[in-house]
Amino acid sequence: MAEEPKAAGKPASAPGKPAAVMAVVPWEGDLPRLLHEKFGDQILEFSTYLGQEFLVAKPEAAVPILEFLKSDAQFDYLVDVTAVDYLSRTERFDVVYVLYSFARNQRIRIKIRIPDGFKPRTATGVHPTANWLEREVYDMFGIEFADHPDMRRILLPEEWQGYPLRKETPITQQDQRWVKENLGIESAQ
Amino acid sequence: MPEPTFLDSTELVLNMGPQHPATHGVLRVILKLDGERIRGTECVIGYLHRGVEKIGENRTYQMFAPYVDRMDYVSAVSNGLGYCLAVEKLLSLEVPERAQVVRVILTELNRIASHLVWLGTHALDIGAITPVFYTFREREAILDIYEKFCGARMTTHAFRIGGLQYELYEGFEEEVKRFCKMFVTKVDEYEELLTGNRIWIGRLTNVGVLTAEDCKAFGVTGPMLRASGVKWDLRKAQPYSGYEKYDFEIPTRQNGDTYDRYIVRVQEMRQAVRIIQQAVEVIPAGPIMGKAPKVIKPPVGEVYVSIEAPKGELGYFLVSDGSTQPYRVRVRPPSFVNLQAVDKMARGGLVADMVAIIGTIDIILGEVDR
Repeated sequence: MAEEPKAAGKPASAPGKPAAVMAVVPWEGDLPRLLHEKFGDQILEFSTYLGQEFLVAKPEAAVPILEFLKSDAQFDYLVDVTAVDYLSRTERFDVVYVLYSFARNQRIRIKIRIPDGFKPRTATGVHPTANWLEREVYDMFGIEFADHPDMRRILLPEEWQGYPLRKETPITQQDQRWVKENLGIESAQ
Repeated sequence: MPEPTFLDSTELVLNMGPQHPATHGVLRVILKLDGERIRGTECVIGYLHRGVEKIGENRTYQMFAPYVDRMDYVSAVSNGLGYCLAVEKLLSLEVPERAQVVRVILTELNRIASHLVWLGTHALDIGAITPVFYTFREREAILDIYEKFCGARMTTHAFRIGGLQYELYEGFEEEVKRFCKMFVTKVDEYEELLTGNRIWIGRLTNVGVLTAEDCKAFGVTGPMLRASGVKWDLRKAQPYSGYEKYDFEIPTRQNGDTYDRYIVRVQEMRQAVRIIQQAVEVIPAGPIMGKAPKVIKPPVGEVYVSIEAPKGELGYFLVSDGSTQPYRVRVRPPSFVNLQAVDKMARGGLVADMVAIIGTIDIILGEVDR
């Protein structure tokens, strides 16, 4: 785990204005090389930020990469699946997989960028833990995962309309109809 | 629906919770039963959903800190530590030595307090009434220390981004040392009541078994993973806040059943005492606050930082867009992920063991639902 950022003299925070883009450093080493050999241009970027390694892949490549990392590189623990909404971007969402390998004591992230309506394949076949994690992403962002065994909301009620963690949803917005029908009150605010 | 007939062997669906005292909050489990055997379970969660992640996007970094205490409300200090570490990582901020040592002491006290709540209520679920009075008595002593330190007992907001808000109070070291000395004898007391107790052993052994492979597949961490034989603890694997300086063991067991998880958590309390005893001797002098800016505006970027919370890996994924508010806050809650394994643990078991299985996961619904 010696992944100190190599670019000297370029601290992430320049005085005055913060940089508008993430000040990433290329991620080099055996693992990116191995992945590059296997997946080629399916992987768009190998980077580290503050010593944390991540790669950006094409949406279709996410599950094959997870599979490969599990079988060939001992990344046997899917820590988290989550998403980030970049409203102004054409490929609106980042879906982020956090992976950990017990044997290597290494943590990496896999990111895919998808447009609204795109259905990434589920990772439940590789990591059963993805089941609830992907359901939460669906619940909060409305990103459906294809072939998921149980693609339903998990935290919000089944009939709830709207996806709270999307950026266009204001913090006070709620499903008025649901609240009225089920709680018998005008507003839960 | 087929017509029910006498001596029918169709599946019986039983609803458990959400208002059930043994579900530790508002967990609803739908059990599919074949006689006494559980054929499947389905968890219905979300009753305590408050949208913590959305709130995080609408508050400044400092303003969001007290909210994290309200997720796993019996280990608020741990939640706070994880969040502070994540923001400090985004800022590349150094925390002074003194603050780090105090953080370790308070976090380990919190681990004990969390395990005490678990032990007392878990034993109560199984039918042992006494331990809960004992464990809450000792937890009270920890809460008193918190109260003197920062004024709050449960949702403490004990840490600040960059260090600590408050200096230690007069007599803190002595009180912590006194607690440690007293507490070790109390753990012996709990063990005397439970560890060799035939009913306790009978109710817990071979109940809710998870193998190491199951744990990894379901992302189960913390004491549950260690009870299945995996010697993995983030405090050792990827130390933070100076944990590498303390001498302690990672307790593990091999069977991965409810009894082993009990043993692991009890041993962890003893190890936590060891850490506290070492830390309290070496609290250095110096500042308690690092060079944290008044207005926290981390550079554009994202980090995932996780700690070994009492229940497992607690992670924070923060995305900064360079403004004073996080662009995205994601909390990776150990309780939520561990709870997913309940189906694996309960399937094929007896309905009477369901309460033991829910108890052994050590869930806090405030964290499951966020």
